[in-house]
Amino acid sequence: MNTLLFFAGLKEAIGTDEVRLAAAGMTLGEVKEKVRSEYSLDQVTSCMMAINEEFAPEDTTISEGDTIAFIPPVSGG
Amino acid sequence: MEERCWITTEPLKVEEVTKRVIRREAGAINTFIGTVREFTKGKRTLYLEYETYKEMAEKKLEQIAVEIEKQWPSAQVVIAHRVGRLDITDIAVMIAVSTPHRNDSYEASRYAIERIKEVVPIWKKEHWEDGEEWIGDQKEVRPGVPLKEEIK
Repeated sequence: MNTLLFFAGLKEAIGTDEVRLAAAGMTLGEVKEKVRSEYSLDQVTSCMMAINEEFAPEDTTISEGDTIAFIPPVSGG
Repeated sequence: MEERCWITTEPLKVEEVTKRVIRREAGAINTFIGTVREFTKGKRTLYLEYETYKEMAEKKLEQIAVEIEKQWPSAQVVIAHRVGRLDITDIAVMIAVSTPHRNDSYEASRYAIERIKEVVPIWKKEHWEDGEEWIGDQKEVRPGVPLKEEIK
């Protein structure tokens, strides 16, 4: 199983900060598209993706147990 | 050794952050203090709410510290960011850099804040009298609304 993490505006739109999904074998881009279409959320498109607390390109294949985070445009500072 | 990059919900204390970079080799300590502003483009902010992906954010702050050490090998840096509810004038972020000579301390400090705004997973929500909004890339969150720069 895998854990998907959501933050900020995306978390509010989806209604939870965490979703469990069997995503091993899928690419980050495929998971992103799945979440976008399931929740009809275009703001997913502007997210950067991270695996296990590090940014990763969308063609990265997900392994069993990976934590996947959707990172909306940041606004710290 | 004390940590040099951290995220906290506690108020940031200038003296405590700054003293971590004091050392005999330094001839300059540059302290950047980012605070919560009341008015942005004429609109009054009541308070801000910062959220973070803490584990990753602390890693990215550490990465920025490493980048600074590579670019300015004589620099010592400390970065702290506060999250949670912050009121007007509260300190949101602090960067302290010590270097043998002043120019490097200014440059490294500027580099740190610009990188924080690019790569560290921290988000702020503005609370106004008449609403609230997560701040980020507003171009993307409001599809269909053209930016000023796009209207020529």
